[in-house]
Amino acid sequence: MSQSSTALTPPVRRRRRDLTPLYLLIPAGVVLLALTAWPLIQLVVTSFLEFGRAQIFGAPPEFVGLQNYVDVLTDLEFWQVLGRSVAFCLVNVLLTMVLGVSIGALMTKLGKGFKLLASVGLLLAWAMPPVTASVVWGWIFDTDRGVVNYLLTQITGVDFQGHSWLIDPLSFFFVATIIVTWQAIPFVAFTVFAGLTQVPAEVLEAAEIDGATGWQRFRMIVLPYLRGVLVILLILQIIWDMRVFSQIYALQTVGGIAAETNTIGVYIFKVSIGSGDLGAGGAISVLLVILMLALSAYYIRSLLKEEEA
Amino acid sequence: MTRVVSTRRELEPGQPRSRGVRVVLNAIAVVIFVASAFPVYWMVNSAFLPNSAIREQTPHFFPDQFTVDNFTRVITQPSGTIEFLPALLTSLAVTLGTVVLAAVFAFFAALALSRFRFRSKKTLIVGLLVAQMIPAEAMIVSIFRVLDGWQLLNSIVGLTLVYLAVVLPFTIWTLRGFVAGIPVELEEAAMVDGCSRFGAFFRVTLPLLWPGLIATGVFAFIQAWNEFLFALVIMQKPEVRTLPVWLRAFVQATQATDWAAIMAGSTLISIPVIVFFLLVQGRMVGGMAAGAVKG
Repeated sequence: MSQSSTALTPPVRRRRRDLTPLYLLIPAGVVLLALTAWPLIQLVVTSFLEFGRAQIFGAPPEFVGLQNYVDVLTDLEFWQVLGRSVAFCLVNVLLTMVLGVSIGALMTKLGKGFKLLASVGLLLAWAMPPVTASVVWGWIFDTDRGVVNYLLTQITGVDFQGHSWLIDPLSFFFVATIIVTWQAIPFVAFTVFAGLTQVPAEVLEAAEIDGATGWQRFRMIVLPYLRGVLVILLILQIIWDMRVFSQIYALQTVGGIAAETNTIGVYIFKVSIGSGDLGAGGAISVLLVILMLALSAYYIRSLLKEEEA
Repeated sequence: MTRVVSTRRELEPGQPRSRGVRVVLNAIAVVIFVASAFPVYWMVNSAFLPNSAIREQTPHFFPDQFTVDNFTRVITQPSGTIEFLPALLTSLAVTLGTVVLAAVFAFFAALALSRFRFRSKKTLIVGLLVAQMIPAEAMIVSIFRVLDGWQLLNSIVGLTLVYLAVVLPFTIWTLRGFVAGIPVELEEAAMVDGCSRFGAFFRVTLPLLWPGLIATGVFAFIQAWNEFLFALVIMQKPEVRTLPVWLRAFVQATQATDWAAIMAGSTLISIPVIVFFLLVQGRMVGGMAAGAVKG
């Protein structure tokens, strides 16, 4: 933080309040109050209301206390969706982190040309709009004319032509995992690569001269340097993968049985917008917000700490 | 790729000395490139092939029957409800509105948060960070209700305002860092020379802030152009769809059979984002990494 100009003037008692920052904050403040803070309050309120199709068309909503929460938490489908989301999230986060960190580390060992080659590929994957990416992968895994089925038929000799990848939930999530990790790895790889270039070479050299093996150097020197970055990446990945929406929803459009492949984000959409039960959708949403904020508390704290430093 | 020209090529620091190891690592780099870039290549390849070629048993790995027919078909779709051009216009309007307004609003807010001291500042900063962590998936219920109450469903204004609220926390936070990096003494010097305070902001700080404005502008552009969930919820009428929602409707309407046209549409949607990404990638990767490494 640089010093502000008002701080340079000596403190005067009973100085008139400078309202300039208030004026400067008004445009952004109005938007954020109207479309983040106010909806958030509305969300909590809605979650305590009986709010279905009738209410959308004007009937007065009825206060039902915790009923929506009781309904949601005793609904088997909610727990199935939650379990599916958590499992999907864990698998994807693990794959993304392992592959992303490996690729980031690999990039420090590459010459200029090959580093550029890998970077361009990663950037292309990163840049694709998620909905487009999902549709394209849907085409690659297409039942009749998908290139994956063609190649599998050629390689294995078994006829894969006509094999549907999206009809079985498990293989649906296999495809979804490919899409999500394919797009998430570049961010992790580039961030880890940038982090690794900050590790001072002299320290590593000194350790090498002192006889530390490659693994020891990684564990004792590189890892402590990277710890902060890795924790933050991990938290961000968990948050992003837990609430995945576009990829699943788009893939359900290409094929697949929606009821057996809903994740929590898609489920909220189906319950509230699809079936019009905004009360129950609101209750699930509130639970999701609480979960996400709890997960990101560490991230927010570390950003604030950096802020004060 | 040009390979080793001289035999005694200079090695980069960190590159392994053993030739065999280098060959293996380079091979892995090629695998990474192919795995990452293949879907993008496949999209473009399929977009330039006639649908008859797409439907053949053996896929065409190169656009050997090159045609732009798919693109003309997508753009001049005769059937009424899944037209491409209105969706393109909606997307352009919403994206442009979001980028411009976010830049202006975030510039003001960033000034307030980095050039002034006031009591509730800390609270506001925490609020900005918390707002970034609230999942959009959880907000659709109440955003839908709030916009419905203001008669802003199916409205470009409504969607633009929602996107503004989505991107502002990050853009304010980032621009604040850029403003803090510009010495306040420059503004003070201008004020000593007779500039008003706002004059100093606009004539001194703003011109120095271009890198920050470009970085946050690109972020806002990509967010607004790619966003799917809010667009799906808010723009339910066919004539006000944005491009991602159009693509989904198009896939659904063709029952995923006209893959050539679907890929042409996908290519048209992706190209602007990919171009922007490649143009600013150095800055984006560097900026994000710098932020992350500091922690």
